[in-house]
Amino acid sequence: MTTADATTIRGTTLPMSEGGTLGRLGRALRTPGGAVFVLVAVLLICVIVANPNFGEPGSLIRFIGRTAPIAIAAMGQYFVIVSGEFDLSMGSVVTMQVVLAGNFIGQDESRVLPVMLLMVVLGALVGVVNGLATTLLKVPSFIVTLGTMLALSGLVLYLTGGAATGNPVDSFRQIGRGGIEGVLVLEVIPYPAIILLVLAVAAVWLMRRPFGRTLVAVGDNPQAVHLSGSATWGLKTRAFILSSLAATVAGIILVGYAGVHPSVGQGYEFTAITAVVVGGVVLGGGRGWVLSAAAGAFALELLFTLLNFVGVASTWRDTVQGVIIIVAVAVGARAWQGGRRRRSAEPTTPGAEPRHTGTPTTPPDPGTT
Amino acid sequence: MNALARLRPTHLTSTGIVYLVLVLVLVLGAVITAAAGRNFFSTGNISAILTGTSILGFIAIGQTLVILAGSLDLSVPYVASLASLLGGVTMAGQTCNIPLAVITALGVAALIGLVSGLVVAYLHVHGFIATLGMGLILSGYLGTNFKGSAGSAPRDFRLIGALNIGPVPLSTIIMLVCAVLVILLLRRTRVGHHLYAVGGSKDVARLSGVRTQPPIVLAHVLCSVLAGMAGLLLLARLSVGSPTIGTQGGYDLMSIAAVVLGGTVLAGGKGNILGTLGGVAIFAVMDNVMGVMQLNAFLQDVVRGLVIVLAVAVYARRNADLRPARFDRSRAPRHTPAPTTAGSAA
Repeated sequence: MTTADATTIRGTTLPMSEGGTLGRLGRALRTPGGAVFVLVAVLLICVIVANPNFGEPGSLIRFIGRTAPIAIAAMGQYFVIVSGEFDLSMGSVVTMQVVLAGNFIGQDESRVLPVMLLMVVLGALVGVVNGLATTLLKVPSFIVTLGTMLALSGLVLYLTGGAATGNPVDSFRQIGRGGIEGVLVLEVIPYPAIILLVLAVAAVWLMRRPFGRTLVAVGDNPQAVHLSGSATWGLKTRAFILSSLAATVAGIILVGYAGVHPSVGQGYEFTAITAVVVGGVVLGGGRGWVLSAAAGAFALELLFTLLNFVGVASTWRDTVQGVIIIVAVAVGARAWQGGRRRRSAEPTTPGAEPRHTGTPTTPPDPGTT
Repeated sequence: MNALARLRPTHLTSTGIVYLVLVLVLVLGAVITAAAGRNFFSTGNISAILTGTSILGFIAIGQTLVILAGSLDLSVPYVASLASLLGGVTMAGQTCNIPLAVITALGVAALIGLVSGLVVAYLHVHGFIATLGMGLILSGYLGTNFKGSAGSAPRDFRLIGALNIGPVPLSTIIMLVCAVLVILLLRRTRVGHHLYAVGGSKDVARLSGVRTQPPIVLAHVLCSVLAGMAGLLLLARLSVGSPTIGTQGGYDLMSIAAVVLGGTVLAGGKGNILGTLGGVAIFAVMDNVMGVMQLNAFLQDVVRGLVIVLAVAVYARRNADLRPARFDRSRAPRHTPAPTTAGSAA
């Protein structure tokens, strides 16, 4: 417990806004959300050392394209997690969209747009159901999305019989597979990379809007947000819609290079949650940056690439992933807690104002409210 | 206050609701089964339902402990798979190896639980992440070292899975004995009460002088051991250990669903084992009825998903205060500190 810091914090400037741009950047890199970018850089250097070919711009941009769906899913999951909930239905939504595309588009070029519209509508609908059941029926989101996950994947498997069906027209698959050819240094810019960039910019913009600010606040302290006059149910429902839509986009991209099979998307929810958590976002909400979540996805993929180049058997991938998330969260918990301890230590010091006594010292459990 | 509450006709504990739902499901099941021209209450069918409760029952009892302590355990399917493999390989078809195999399997399971528990309690990693990570670690180990089923259970061990006492299978009796032991642990021992306290509010528990770590670690160890027992039971049924048996059953999420269906609050601190057993029984009856109806296996998942959400919605909508709070009686005389709290709130 650093009581010396507690007294300085009561001063005029908040510690995170002291110092110049460089000082602030340095401090930001020491938070879990910033450290993930350092992690990505370190892993990238390791991969390039292990396999110099990977460092060429062409293969780098292809790697970004390959990682785009999981990064997009992670950003979607971020909205839900930062508001203090869980979305376990993400993988089933990806599967549903992939199978929908396979069955409804077929070899008919003219159906691409209507079916994509249908996919977006259905994706949004899943989000609405998840959100309303969580907020209005007051069922923990863990249970709600577990239910939708079972129901959706069961329905998809029932309708397809559990086997690969249909093969959408090539122009649709180009979204995940193709790219802008003949670019100067990069040779090719894959469409998924462009989609990822656009969505990342949109997500950052959204998080700076009142919606984003309030969403983080809901994750930190739902009562406070409720008392200050925001409709928490609307906010959380929108977060669930964004998550399902992100899964829809990931599904559309995955059709391109993974093809149509009911197993596409399986386990996506846990991978996305892992990426978000590696990105330093706190389960339980209220802390974390949306781009850190995307960076978490890149860190994971780089790690797998590195293991691949080093020659570790692919069956050990799970083990490494398991160790990584435990370590990442253990370190992250330390770092965030350091910041929290000092604040919550204030009221216990003699002479502190009594109105701070309601400050919770630990974040609420995710998905349980 | 309690007398007043009892006077209200609508007052029902959440465990009461669970068993009301169970009765409803039983009646529905009996009607549907009768419509299909079968006898729901035949000895064979009751025995089948009870068999269906045993494996999920073991895991759900452990999961209840962990959830009551405010954590989660997602590693149970991998622990069950590992225990079935370790047991099967150690037994290698020899009766004399059974004690050693059981001790090895449960010991390794306890060790896994200990590690998860220590990570959750001392490193402050959320249980969701700690056990998800632990599950992934085990999954990597299983995938690398076991390509398929391995080991074999001797006939004496397989009897555990096959023996019936009247209509009640031996495995269900073992499960119920475990349930009674855990109920005694929660109600009669100090650490059991601390478990509720820590799950309800870690900070309040700590400020009241409870060491918050031991109950959490204990809950994780017991949960893993119970998952290991489920794995051994699976071994007794299949007579071979399998690296995918746990994940195929989806025991991680289904056990959490059963616990929440049983009225335990996912955030921890409120709930009990009896409710969980009711939740497990609801699942078993549902599965049995859908089996009798010969419903498509994938559609069964759809029904399960809908039932989980709807059933939990029934009591989640009720005010949290109506739930049987473990410490209601001690909280009842509220008038003493009331003036100060009212003053600071205003």
